[in-house]
Amino acid sequence: MLDQFDPRIDPEFKPVDPEALRARLAPLLPPGGLLTSLEAMRPYESDGLPAYRSLPAMVALPETVGQVAAVLKACSELGVPVVARGAGTGLSGGALPFPGGLLLVMSKFSRILGIDPVAMTARVQPGVRNLAVSEAAAPHGLFYAPDPSSQLACSIGGNVAENAGGVHCLKYGLTVHNILAVQVVTLDGEILTLGGPAADAAGYDLMALFTGSEGLLGVVTEVLLRLQPLPETTRLILAAFDDVGRAAGAVAAIMAAGVVPAGLEMMDGPALRAAEDFARAGYPRDAAAILLCEIDGQAEDVAEEIARVSDLLRTAGATEVRVARDEDERKRFWAGRKGAFPAMGRLAPDYYCIDGTIPRKSLPFVLAEMGRLAELHGLGVANVFHAGDGNLHPLILYDANLEGDLEKAEALGGAILELCVSVGGSITGEHGVGREKINQMCVQFTEAEVNAFHALKAAFDPAGLLNPGKTIPTLARCAEYGGMHVHKGALPFAHLERF
Amino acid sequence: MPISSGSDADLTAALADAVRAAAADRRALEIRGAGTRAGQGRPVAGERLEVAGHRGVVDYDPAELVLTARAGTPLTEIEALLAANGQMLAFEPPRLGRGGTLGGAVATGLSGPRRPFTGALRDYVLGVRILDGRGQVLRFGGTVFKNVAGFDAFRLMAGAHGELGVLLDISLRVVPRPAVEAARTLDLAPEPARQRVAELMRRPLPLSGAFHDGERLHLRLSGGRAGVAATADLVGGAEADPGDWTAIRDLAHPVLSGGGGLWRIALPRTGPAGDFEALPWDQAGGVRWLRAPAPPTGAEAAAAALGGHLQRIRGAAGPAFQSLPAPLLALHRRLKAALDPEGILNPGRMYVEA
Ligand SMILES: Cc1cc2nc3c(=O)[nH]c(=O)nc-3n(C[C@H](O)[C@H](O)[C@H](O)COP(=O)(O)OP(=O)(O)OC[C@H]3O[C@@H](n4cnc5c(N)ncnc54)[C@H](O)[C@@H]3O)c2cc1C
Repeated sequence: MLDQFDPRIDPEFKPVDPEALRARLAPLLPPGGLLTSLEAMRPYESDGLPAYRSLPAMVALPETVGQVAAVLKACSELGVPVVARGAGTGLSGGALPFPGGLLLVMSKFSRILGIDPVAMTARVQPGVRNLAVSEAAAPHGLFYAPDPSSQLACSIGGNVAENAGGVHCLKYGLTVHNILAVQVVTLDGEILTLGGPAADAAGYDLMALFTGSEGLLGVVTEVLLRLQPLPETTRLILAAFDDVGRAAGAVAAIMAAGVVPAGLEMMDGPALRAAEDFARAGYPRDAAAILLCEIDGQAEDVAEEIARVSDLLRTAGATEVRVARDEDERKRFWAGRKGAFPAMGRLAPDYYCIDGTIPRKSLPFVLAEMGRLAELHGLGVANVFHAGDGNLHPLILYDANLEGDLEKAEALGGAILELCVSVGGSITGEHGVGREKINQMCVQFTEAEVNAFHALKAAFDPAGLLNPGKTIPTLARCAEYGGMHVHKGALPFAHLERF
Repeated sequence: MPISSGSDADLTAALADAVRAAAADRRALEIRGAGTRAGQGRPVAGERLEVAGHRGVVDYDPAELVLTARAGTPLTEIEALLAANGQMLAFEPPRLGRGGTLGGAVATGLSGPRRPFTGALRDYVLGVRILDGRGQVLRFGGTVFKNVAGFDAFRLMAGAHGELGVLLDISLRVVPRPAVEAARTLDLAPEPARQRVAELMRRPLPLSGAFHDGERLHLRLSGGRAGVAATADLVGGAEADPGDWTAIRDLAHPVLSGGGGLWRIALPRTGPAGDFEALPWDQAGGVRWLRAPAPPTGAEAAAAALGGHLQRIRGAAGPAFQSLPAPLLALHRRLKAALDPEGILNPGRMYVEA
């Protein structure tokens, strides 16, 4: 299991005496800000990927930037690895603690520092929940666009670290497109501002490099977010198909026609039926797939686009095209989609969410091939995903209590990700590599590219203490993993010793 | 299918050899496309590495909204191909001379007037293939919109002025052309105009340009038919030709062209503009244009005090870029060394070498 760090192929650090560490850190933190007992640390042993668990040496809950800087500096001096954690909703084990290290929990940074309705910005601390920003901006007629399905719980700091997307990023962009500046603390305790309130800050685009760096380069302590005006009109179409391939074809047709939907989501039969049972969204239970296509903008233009998209959907073979009658019905259609993950509990005791992206034109092929792989591995798969941007979320259904089922699920997940890479896609669209996809990084990148990532990390964190064993695999790991995966006849990392 | 212009060529191997050889003898290289952006950045003392010959559209599938082209491909060629398919580059790169290349546009990272409305150039870069300072071919990102595997080193290449790698191929997200485009001019003084634009931007209106030439406000609208018409009524003013925006984009408008030099002063869009208040502005007030042989003394500090920064676009006097705080400068140097350990790719282009 990947939650077991392996000193042969993962970074290893000299153990530090916990008493010495506690004595060094406690004075730097507010009272109660350092947790060391097992029961106090238990809630932090995993993130949104509960299959992976591990305990740190201790958990720190700083409240100020100064405390973060002091703690990081102390850890740097002692050679103690540090993992930052936001709300712990990450799905790739990114916030999984490193054994013997410190877990730095940013939940106390929960203040919205200011909303400037004229500049259309929000200055927030990293522990602020994603949805709280849009709620605070709403009275000004503004919203914060990135809306991961976890937006009730996930933190802005975690969003920056993962470059989180959401159902509306097709039109409004990912986190990186919606932030102006981040304040970060590096491991040596230096406080840096990357980006700024004016466009295109001087120097390299470090804000863009930092976004999506999964806690490997520094700790986010403040973020300047870009807000947008709420659209005047928003309408949603639900289209049903009796064939998944035809639904995929319709996605391509809509995008090719020059429509820019605010969101374009797809659910296959098993997913939509589970969601329907769970949320009573009003989905056609007998469909093989449904698409949800949202259009927003100026009322007349929206009406025109809705008509155009409806035609495209019918031409693409939709058996039913329904435009949500009112806000209530629109919200209900979305509730089914947003509740799709929890609804999986009705299909199987456990599910494992995969996050590959592919060029849209490969959708029909990849969906069919995925079905074949699922059969081969003997597990069910339900699909609910961001179709418009080719971001798949196959949910692999398994039962953790069945001997070998989790291993089967992991193997199928790995095979699906490699399928995504083989059609020119990526192993992760928005959930990050974290611990979970560390092996597949060796598939997507060459040795020279992996080396370049290590070099970039070392420019921020020379000792490699921040979130070790995540996101960027060691070459030794790639050598071992690569030995099992020969691509196009070439053995990657061929010259390295194999274990 | 990609249009082949006849002169298309893949020079990856030759360029890699040249960089490897230079790295072996630690010889500095000045990476050069069409040379239309030579005013940006400090002079590089090095042998020329000509990259304009590495050109051609590698892949373009309009339905995917993704285009991949070699760095030497002229912008005009790319834009013509996109236009023929009802698409365009949302970041509207300025053309600063004949033959300007995609690689030059990405390396210098300048976005056009749409910047505050549809985002920056780097927002549309999906992936790159580069040569690092050892002459190794590295691929970062890809051709899909969502991709968070590894660090986003592809976005880092936008605006790095060739210091972190020789751009080989660039994959861009392209966007559908708006159904309609309209332009208006309004007789408003600079400050009231800026406030008016800020108010308009708080509403979901199809604005795509807001420029003030010192006398009048120029607005451009792009989007659906009804939305553009309604917004044109709302903003009032006189009808103008959206084609006028080409000159604004290319810094060829009468208040921007000529003169000994041109400085771009980026400031918070709605904040105070201090000593820069009298200057013409673009990007809804986020960019002030200073046409002068050299910026007045203290301009750099004044820009910093307002939360902004300045950059030379044309001319030869210093500074080429806003100077960086010491810890950030040190980080820049470490990053450069990470991808270019011998320091041979455009050394000193952005900042004095350590
Ligand atoms: C039901 C469900 C639905 C989801 N839907 C989506 C979706 O639609 N789109 C999407 O993109 N994601 C989605 N996610 C994934 C997850 O919510 C996002 O990745 C989110 O951004 C994580 O935020 P967090 O605060 O929970 O971070 P955590 O899980 O706590 O941490 C995630 C990573 O960020 C790092 N980190 C956290 N805070 C900081 C900080 N202050 N400084 C530096 N590094 C930090 C951690 O080290 C870790 O590597 C979903 C998750 C769930 C459970």
